[in-house]
Amino acid sequence: MSDTIIYTMIALSAIGILAAVILYFVAQKFKVYEDPRIDEVENALPGANCGGCGYAGCRAFAEACVKENDLSDLFCPVGGNDCMGDVAGVLGLEAVQQDPRVAVVRCNGSCEHRPKTNQYDGASSCAAAASLYSGDTGCQFGCLSHGDCVAACDFDALHMNPETGLPEVVDDKCIACGACVEACPKTLIELRKRGPKDRKIFVSCRNEDKGGVAKKSCAVACIGCSKCFKVCPFDAITMNNNLAFIDSDKCKLCRKCVVECPTNAIIEVGFPPRKIKTDLPPKPAVKKEAVVKPESTASEEKKTENLD
Amino acid sequence: MLKTFKLGGVHPAENKLSADKAIEKLALPKSVFIPVAQHIGAPAQALVKKGDQVKAGQLIAQSGGFVSANIHSSVSGTVKKIDLSPDSSGYPKQGIFIDVEGDEWAEGIDTSDKLVEKFEADSKKIIDKINAAGIVGLGGATFPTHVKLMPPQGMTAEMLLINGVECEPYLTSDHRVMLEKAPELLVGIRLLMCALEVKKAYIGIENNKPDAIAHLQKLTASDASIEVVPLKVKYPQGGEKQLIKAVTGREVPSGALPIAVGAVVNNVGTALAVYEAVQKNKPLVERVVTITGKSVAKPSNFLVRIGTPVQELIDAAGGLPEDAGKIISGGPMMGKAIASTTVPVTKGTSGILIMQDKEAKREQMKTCIRCTRCVTVCPMGLEPYYLMTVSDKKLWEKAEEQHIMDCIECGSCSYTCPADRPLLDYIRLGKGKVGSIIRSRKN
Amino acid sequence: MSKLLTISPSPHVHTSDSVNKIMYRVLLALVPALAWSVFMFGFEAIRVTLLAVAACMAFEFLIQKFLLKEVPQITDGSAALTGILLAFNVPASLPSWMIIVGALVAIGVGKLSFGGLGNNPFNPALVGRVFLLISFPVHMTSWPVTQHAAVDALTTATPLALLKEGVKAGQPVSEVMLNLPSNMDLLYGNMPGSLGEISALFLLLGFAYMVWKKVITWHIPVFVLGTIFIFQGALWMLNPENFIEPVFHLLTGGAMLGAIFMATDMVTSPMTVKGQLIFGVGIGVLTVLIRNFGAYPEGISFAILIMNGFTPLINAYIKPKRFGGTK
Repeated sequence: MSDTIIYTMIALSAIGILAAVILYFVAQKFKVYEDPRIDEVENALPGANCGGCGYAGCRAFAEACVKENDLSDLFCPVGGNDCMGDVAGVLGLEAVQQDPRVAVVRCNGSCEHRPKTNQYDGASSCAAAASLYSGDTGCQFGCLSHGDCVAACDFDALHMNPETGLPEVVDDKCIACGACVEACPKTLIELRKRGPKDRKIFVSCRNEDKGGVAKKSCAVACIGCSKCFKVCPFDAITMNNNLAFIDSDKCKLCRKCVVECPTNAIIEVGFPPRKIKTDLPPKPAVKKEAVVKPESTASEEKKTENLD
Repeated sequence: MLKTFKLGGVHPAENKLSADKAIEKLALPKSVFIPVAQHIGAPAQALVKKGDQVKAGQLIAQSGGFVSANIHSSVSGTVKKIDLSPDSSGYPKQGIFIDVEGDEWAEGIDTSDKLVEKFEADSKKIIDKINAAGIVGLGGATFPTHVKLMPPQGMTAEMLLINGVECEPYLTSDHRVMLEKAPELLVGIRLLMCALEVKKAYIGIENNKPDAIAHLQKLTASDASIEVVPLKVKYPQGGEKQLIKAVTGREVPSGALPIAVGAVVNNVGTALAVYEAVQKNKPLVERVVTITGKSVAKPSNFLVRIGTPVQELIDAAGGLPEDAGKIISGGPMMGKAIASTTVPVTKGTSGILIMQDKEAKREQMKTCIRCTRCVTVCPMGLEPYYLMTVSDKKLWEKAEEQHIMDCIECGSCSYTCPADRPLLDYIRLGKGKVGSIIRSRKN
Repeated sequence: MSKLLTISPSPHVHTSDSVNKIMYRVLLALVPALAWSVFMFGFEAIRVTLLAVAACMAFEFLIQKFLLKEVPQITDGSAALTGILLAFNVPASLPSWMIIVGALVAIGVGKLSFGGLGNNPFNPALVGRVFLLISFPVHMTSWPVTQHAAVDALTTATPLALLKEGVKAGQPVSEVMLNLPSNMDLLYGNMPGSLGEISALFLLLGFAYMVWKKVITWHIPVFVLGTIFIFQGALWMLNPENFIEPVFHLLTGGAMLGAIFMATDMVTSPMTVKGQLIFGVGIGVLTVLIRNFGAYPEGISFAILIMNGFTPLINAYIKPKRFGGTK
């Protein structure tokens, strides 16, 4: 009986030792060296795995950070500057400060502004509708209202407004990952610099048609009249294909262009109401003086904000 | 036992309302809009400018490359402008507006009805004439015909297939051409055979056109080189690959062109255009268009000048019915819905179908019950239910793995789905995406 | 133009078929067998069927509306179908409360917990039936005597149970067979058994109707029944003293009902004919194995549920023949 026990012990021990040796050599043979800093960087990241940085996920981004050894082209939009500071701390590198950004929908073609010219009856997907035809209104550049951007948003920062049929960005939730920018087949969504107090001025239109055609299809279309371009003191506005574009990096939020726009295609968000409200006509050419005044205060206001 | 393709297929209600309506010449419109891109490939380059006087048949836009086609004026008159205007795609496209004045034809064009049978058997010359006449596939795909007639290096055509299937419900333009223009058509076929240097041509016709089959069989009785093949009625038999399979039993490999099995397929309308181009010197400036629909007062087949607004056809057929809910350029299975009646008839417009309100709307989509019908009817042997799911979930790699690029967009799956799922909408989306991924990989 | 035109991607026409039509056609196909059951079991058959259908529809409505907060879809006919199939799979004497429990399990667990119609991996009616069979084996195997039988008893045993007991007791099959109904009786359904499974003839009638209306294809039933016939036939040829001849197995128990109405459930069966072949053969083999060698006299419910479990795997690996495919 005791023999059996002894043999068993010996046999099992031998098997155990053999297995341990095999395991050891296999582990040595197939060892993959991984920079321990990758884990550290990953820990510093928010872990949203949204892909906003352009990599497959936080892990891939961390690998890229360690491999590149230079953070100038790498930025995590979710974590922002703080997070990148941490990453830079781990790697002993310099992080590039980036202004916080926010998604902006550049179409204001609500049902009211942009009458329907046909009814779409197909798969409820902007991509499907866009590949089929120009859209259910006269404007071939405008929002298709099927909400591909809303579906793409991982942060609950985009919602469809059922009244206007347009998506709306919740500024507080938007982390500018860019998923919606990718999702929109009409490239209506732009990541713009986040202004102080979430203020922003932008051309809410992507229509490149000639003025008459654009205006006919949508009441608030940019008709490419260049008035804003001429009035802008900061060279922030460019004209291209009958369409104005305000560069958010150059715009100082002076609001001069807003009143100049004859079709109200330029939208201001987050500003206090203008002081001389009654004198603010839709046709701004009439009262230049009255218009300039609130602007100057606005820009002053803005300057002070910039200081803090 | 009639021939047909083996895999899948559906049989939608045929509704050939205009089958017994002879081809009528449509009155000249007041003005035409001729897009410079009416074919697959590079758009043509406009040769005229505002104010120019043009004659019918005159070259007004030059082919923009090898895979491209010339565009000729379909009317005589003055060029009003060159501008953007929506075509059947819904997007504004570059095109030439011409105000019609009289009906004067460019020199050298024979507009008489006299049949010219004799021709010079020179492949190169025939192809050059076809190229010059701007002929494209008139079945709807609008692929430039001269390209098809020049097989790539190392491949030879063994036979010509003439597509007289017209498997789309409602459409009857090919049917009427086969009945009324059979002698011209046969000359066109001989020209194509000569251009391809093949000894055998088959005309595939579905069995729902017995009069056309009998007529063509009678005319070809003495000519062993042209054979009329009656086919079982099954959609999408007019698809190139399906037609080749049905007539010859050969299967075009996945991703390959028909020439890989030695076949070249041309539509009957194309063959007629070839006859007119080579024998009558007449470029492709008019085509037969079916205008039909259950509520249309006079479903008809019109001979229409290219560029004529669709509205003119509708007026000639008794006006837009009260209950019109959708206007389709092409047939109901693969045609494109158009948003406005100002869009022009182009080289690829085989018909205008006006659907009633109640037919126009789709049913609410329901959940898939995996009834296997889409798989059963898919003529390419794909799994539409799966492709829709992966396209919806943006799993492009899986879509490619499951051969989404093989889809011919015939619509059999969406047609047959009892849960009213828009299978093809999503598959088309996935196909577009996967296609661009494949292209970017090659670069 | 005052009216807006509709724009949609092609195709612009659609078959007149719909999910509802499919469901109602299957229901219609079940009517002959149901009529026969009413003839054989009388009022009890009506009670069980109506109760099962009503309970299934009610549970579907209540769960969808209050638990899942969805729009109830009871009009699509699938819950009614589950109810009828559940009723067909239980004895006509089953107490009412058990039917309601079975309906709850079938709809709640078998169907809606997976996401409702189209998403359930297992046939809901069979889930309900098997739940009942395992939970209440006595009630589920007490078969009421048919109205037209000459015996003076309240319950009796099914032919399959008689066979199993006989073989277990060591009797040769030829001897057991003397106590069994003739194949002719089995064919039109003069035997005890579950409510809807007894008449092979009327079930086949439903099968013919469904194939004619293109609700289902002939493949799965033929594969299942063919496999049972061939496999049992082989066993019989090897040892006729231990194994009964194959036609008996085709006509008794739930073979017909299972092969025609349960295995063909679209949601839980494979998509391709090749896949259906594997599926059908699997069901046939498992049924014969369970019937001959298992503890239960009847095995097609288990066989179908087991093969339902394999369906996703079959779908993933068995692909249809592709046009112009190289493989």
